[in-house]
Amino acid sequence: MVTNRERWEAEFGASKLRDVGHTTMSGIPLEAVYGPDDGEFPGEYPYTRGPYSSMYRSKLWTMRMFAGFGTADDTNWRFKEIIKSGGDGLSTAFDMPTLLGLDSDHPMSLGEVGRCGVAIDSLADMEDLYAGIDLGEITTSMTINSPAAVVFAMFVAQAEKSGIHRSRLGGTLQNDILKEYQAQKEFVFPPRPSMRLVRDTISFTAAEMPRWHSISISGYHIREAGSTAVEELAFTLANGFAYVELAMQAGLPVDAFAPRLSFFFNAHIDFFEEIAKYRAARRVWARWMKDRYGAQLDRSMQLRFHTQTAGVSLTAQQPEVNIVRTAIEALAGVLGGTQSLHTNSMDEAMALPTEKSARIALRTQQVIANETNVAHVADPLGGSYFVEALTDEVERQAEELFAEIIEFGNGSMLDGVIKGIEDNWFQGRIADSAYDLERRFNHGERIVVGVNGFTEGNDEEQMPLLRITGEDEARQRKRLAEVRADRDDAKVQAALARVRAEAADPEINLMPALIDAVNDYATLGELMAAMGDVFGRHVEVPTI
Amino acid sequence: MSDQIQHPSARVLVAKVGLDGHDRGIKVVARILRDAGYEVIYTGLFQTPEMVAASAVDEDVDLVGLSMLSGAHMTLAPLVVEQIRARGADIPVVVGGIVPDHDLAELKAAGIAAVLTPGATAEHIVAQIAAVLAEH
Repeated sequence: MVTNRERWEAEFGASKLRDVGHTTMSGIPLEAVYGPDDGEFPGEYPYTRGPYSSMYRSKLWTMRMFAGFGTADDTNWRFKEIIKSGGDGLSTAFDMPTLLGLDSDHPMSLGEVGRCGVAIDSLADMEDLYAGIDLGEITTSMTINSPAAVVFAMFVAQAEKSGIHRSRLGGTLQNDILKEYQAQKEFVFPPRPSMRLVRDTISFTAAEMPRWHSISISGYHIREAGSTAVEELAFTLANGFAYVELAMQAGLPVDAFAPRLSFFFNAHIDFFEEIAKYRAARRVWARWMKDRYGAQLDRSMQLRFHTQTAGVSLTAQQPEVNIVRTAIEALAGVLGGTQSLHTNSMDEAMALPTEKSARIALRTQQVIANETNVAHVADPLGGSYFVEALTDEVERQAEELFAEIIEFGNGSMLDGVIKGIEDNWFQGRIADSAYDLERRFNHGERIVVGVNGFTEGNDEEQMPLLRITGEDEARQRKRLAEVRADRDDAKVQAALARVRAEAADPEINLMPALIDAVNDYATLGELMAAMGDVFGRHVEVPTI
Repeated sequence: MSDQIQHPSARVLVAKVGLDGHDRGIKVVARILRDAGYEVIYTGLFQTPEMVAASAVDEDVDLVGLSMLSGAHMTLAPLVVEQIRARGADIPVVVGGIVPDHDLAELKAAGIAAVLTPGATAEHIVAQIAAVLAEH
């Protein structure tokens, strides 16, 4: 009889390891994992202790810093700074018009161009954005949802123009539209046609881009919008199951696409609850993928995730203290076994980060990785009575929420999630949780240092902040006007007509038509409007 | 939380103007004001300055609260004030959200009655709204 430990040892022995020592500071040798011989080990179903047997001994988490502002040139410069200072993955933040599929010269874009991310109108901007960066080497993540298919088409087109075949591209498209209706509210089309675009990107990448994550199922925004940790976990995984059902309905075998699904969670300030959340997430995902969806491949059952520290935990008061909060949150992500991590900068309750504050945020990760020794041992809190009990409880409460959602859909998680969105159920629950947290803060049951306690020092002058001027907006509009003037209009009109026609036929995958259209320099706004002619627009009923 | 209701009959329009979809703050503030006795109307997302001004005038509100977290406050908040004035109305506009200190003076000069920044407690929010209404 082979013990769990022996099985794990065989797997671990076959793993490629980083060439670093593994002792404490005083020289005590460290095992790669601790626990009883017949207990659960990392890299083994249901993966509570981590998706891989060797975890950070093989590969540290990717320090993936989210950046984007102004024009594509500005952000390209910041990307190169990030690579120079040791960041090893890029993560692209787009501005509000881009996130909502509008061109920079649209009337609604006024005042928003390049403000909280980079402005992308056409392939020309995408070419500038990644100029001089080897996309065959560095992986890239793009935080975009409603217009994800179009922006992704631009990304693929610019990489191929620079000589990198799409099959070599590695990275992640956020592409998680469900949480937009629930939490972040950057929606354009109604849920059903939006889900068709998600299906098209999943099918396209499954067939042509083996290194690409077609979707990053995101709890981050659900949490930032005010949910509890359990709601973040449950709504995110419910959305994940909905995407699985969507792709299976489209005829894809589960193991053809599930290995490329990825997740994105928040790291909030309640240290142990966050760690329990990540552990429970892996276990729940593995069980559902195996039992309900019939996954056979290990990779289909292994939940891999990106983490970002909690923007909402940052304070405008005494902002230096945010470095401490972010460090604690980042540590929770690492002890919870994250695959990549973004650490927020201390000034982000007030503005986009300055270069200096963004560098300190990256340095925070580097301290955790290089100085603390916490990466030597996988799931270091596994076996703690407290953390195991909390993991079980988070899982139990999440299962209760799944049962409720699946009931909305008469047995279908896909239909249940869409019904929950249409009925404002998710939105209402999140708003209730946000208000409850605020009430506890206002009653002094929850102390936030520098805000409702320990406020000495709050009257100091505000630190220097990044200022984005209106010049970026004017420059970007000028750039767009040049693109419009230089392109072949007849070709653009034909490309838009094809997109409109193919949008009307749900059997067709829209990705090839979108890639052709962006190569003709059809703009993001034009392509979204063309699809909008067919798909219609989503309007949320305002509720308090 | 403040229990004194200074303007029990006042009507407040809370609005999301522009493309910013972050609605956690506006919903929490709406509930805080409602709990303090105000009648609160929420516009919903993606409003233009014209739409907000028209709603404010049509609904005959006493105050407009704008929630802005995307950095567009310097462009859009003054436009809301301008649009309200263009309709011959005199309704105070308060901005809440992510507003750096270096923008405060310019917003005041553009006619914004008050700015509420991150960390404002319910008590502070209610007191500020009451003060703006009292001054007006």
